[in-house]
Amino acid sequence: MPENSFKFLIAGVGGQGTVLASDILAEVGIRLGYDTKKSDILGLAVRGGSVVSHIQWAPKVHSPVLDEYDVDYLIGFEWLETLRRVTYIKPEGFILANDCRIDPMTVTSGQADYPAKESIMDDLNNAAAHVRIITGTQTALDLGNVLCFNIVVLGGLSKILGNEPDIWRDVIKDRVPSKILELNLTAYEKGRDLIK
Amino acid sequence: MRALLSGNEAIARGAYEAGIEVAAGYPGTPSSEILENVSSYKNIYSEWSVNEKVAMDAAAGAAYSGRRALVTTKQVGMNVLSDSLFYTAYTGLEAGLVVVTADDPGMFSSQNEQDNRHYAKLGKFPLLEPADSQECKDLIIKGIEISEQFDTPVVVRTTMRTSHSKSVVELGGDPAPPGDVGPFTRNMQKYNCMCLWSKKRHPVLEQRLLDLAEFAETYPYNRIHWGDRSLGIIASGVVYEYARQVFPKASFLKLGMVYPLPGKKIRQFADGVEKLLIIEELDPFIEEQVRAMGIDAVGKEIFPPCDELLPQTLQEIAEKHSLLPPKKKTPPITRDGDLPGRSPVLCAGCPHRSTFYLLNKMKLAVAGDIGCYNLGTLPPFNAQHTMGSMGASIGVLHGMGKSDLPEPAVCTIGDGTFFHAGIPPLLNMVHNHGKGTVIIMDNSTTAMTGHQDHPGNNYTLMGKPTREVDIENIVRALGVEKVISVDAFNVKAMGKALKECTACEGTAVLIAKGPCVFISRNPQPAYTVDADMCVACGTCAKAGCPATIKIDEINPKTKMKKAGIDPVLCIGCDICRQVCPTGAIQKPEER
Repeated sequence: MPENSFKFLIAGVGGQGTVLASDILAEVGIRLGYDTKKSDILGLAVRGGSVVSHIQWAPKVHSPVLDEYDVDYLIGFEWLETLRRVTYIKPEGFILANDCRIDPMTVTSGQADYPAKESIMDDLNNAAAHVRIITGTQTALDLGNVLCFNIVVLGGLSKILGNEPDIWRDVIKDRVPSKILELNLTAYEKGRDLIK
Repeated sequence: MRALLSGNEAIARGAYEAGIEVAAGYPGTPSSEILENVSSYKNIYSEWSVNEKVAMDAAAGAAYSGRRALVTTKQVGMNVLSDSLFYTAYTGLEAGLVVVTADDPGMFSSQNEQDNRHYAKLGKFPLLEPADSQECKDLIIKGIEISEQFDTPVVVRTTMRTSHSKSVVELGGDPAPPGDVGPFTRNMQKYNCMCLWSKKRHPVLEQRLLDLAEFAETYPYNRIHWGDRSLGIIASGVVYEYARQVFPKASFLKLGMVYPLPGKKIRQFADGVEKLLIIEELDPFIEEQVRAMGIDAVGKEIFPPCDELLPQTLQEIAEKHSLLPPKKKTPPITRDGDLPGRSPVLCAGCPHRSTFYLLNKMKLAVAGDIGCYNLGTLPPFNAQHTMGSMGASIGVLHGMGKSDLPEPAVCTIGDGTFFHAGIPPLLNMVHNHGKGTVIIMDNSTTAMTGHQDHPGNNYTLMGKPTREVDIENIVRALGVEKVISVDAFNVKAMGKALKECTACEGTAVLIAKGPCVFISRNPQPAYTVDADMCVACGTCAKAGCPATIKIDEINPKTKMKKAGIDPVLCIGCDICRQVCPTGAIQKPEER
């Protein structure tokens, strides 16, 4: 069994596919030989609310919930949600931020302003040693289905982690319905290509 | 074979391996996925019952008939089924019966934070608490064994974190195929709780608890892990995992059964450590029992009774009370101002939108109920002024109607909730000359919990075709004279019906019909806004659709931002076009 450990947090908006992404990420951990736990928020929050998934790979995991300032990889599916969870990243951690903005009702109704992208980037850079933007949403739109952006982002993450790509492909094959499997395998490769 | 399973998936697997043959429940977060997964095991009969009490009675009937049975519920559903659970503690059963309650510390999707462990003491039955998915599976199997050994119902209590976290589970073998049962046992002194017989059952129940406490002493899921003896910790459920992480060196008494408790084992553990901590999320359920044994311990004077007790909170409390040395702290990240909030919203294309738009516009007093439509409480609607429990809206409306309010009152209730607990209070309104409008928002599914079937659907949990029940027919059969059914996507017709109903002197029912977007799955091309015609009046925003956005172009007179429509989110339901006063919002082919 590997001796190191990895703590991941996926932040997004309900409906963006954070649960599928966290399922895949957790399953990859198992296949790499780690003890793995993950925790999602389900239920009412999926109706466009702020959602988060905690995933850990380690020789032995006790708590399925992660502490603030202790996460190695913050994977943000949307700018505001990435920023909302930035207190989870450790200073030497890695933020992988999908380039996507979804206005919450508080913004569309004029009660609040969406933070400027530059200020979000400043905050992310202040929080973590490594910040990488990935154009997952645009890549998925180019592939003809915006929903597969989560797999694009996971493709990018797999390149950053340097894992054997076949393990990820096998997990995607097991987790994604067959009629959209080709699309998602392409999305995965595109994601890997986005990280040089 | 090993698999990564959520607690709820593991409970379903446990039901399979335990040879459970009948499973019933009512959906409710965080318990809903249990029965959904049970239904994938075709040798188990499974159903969504109309409510938790009916599920409990059905399970009791199966267990009386000699079939192992399972009931699933969220924590507040225990309040609904407890009346029936309690009689099974008196009667005992012919085959194992396990009830799973999924509690919600942190209140992610519940109206209260009740700690259902108290039910064990009140109803006098054993209660098991799994700490991870492996134990979720194991304790269902153990639960059936205990149920059959001691002739008692067994409750297994999870929390949102145990139910919705995934961890590795070792899968066991297939159960023996079900055998024949019957004929039905006619043991009235045991199974008929007539007072003269039930009175003789009470001492049986008390003796059973003493026997179970003895059993708990050697029960392998109550186990001591000796570490550093200067600190001993008693914990159960996922909190045990949190505590193991935060106090890696301490000694632990991990309880897999929290009622009744193993008194001798607890005393042995307390005597073996210098300082005893009892760490519990929510109420001091174990702590009160341990203190009653005369054992000194530290518990709720330092651990809060509210919210989840996550590792980070435990760490902070431990440092504050010098139980642990301070960890190296990362300087906190600070930011100017608060981030815009992101509450859940009614989906683009939701049929409930027209109702809440109109309730807000007409400024009516509204008793609300439980379902997705509780989102009508939030801005921009602010349109549900009460909400308490399943089906409460109609009873509350009745009380409002008897209070001589200076304004008309209505209530909002979904189809699933109406079937669950809305029929008796509507019958009550008819019988007792109630006044008010009941709006039944019929979206043809139990939407909030994940689109489970109910009696208004023509299929069951196991996928069997069935007869769909018509709500209007029920309402008329209950004796309501003023009944109007309207297409929920027709704002004008909804407004007219609402005016007509609220002008009625007695009980009126408005059935707003429109399928949930997840049921109809019929997206139309996205609408567009003609910016030249948009005057930035903000009326469309009052319909609260996530697809209706603000664009950078402003009305030079008012300096307000004009409206736009997100082409990815919009499914062309037409409601925003109907509310737009200037005709700026257009169907795509009209351009």
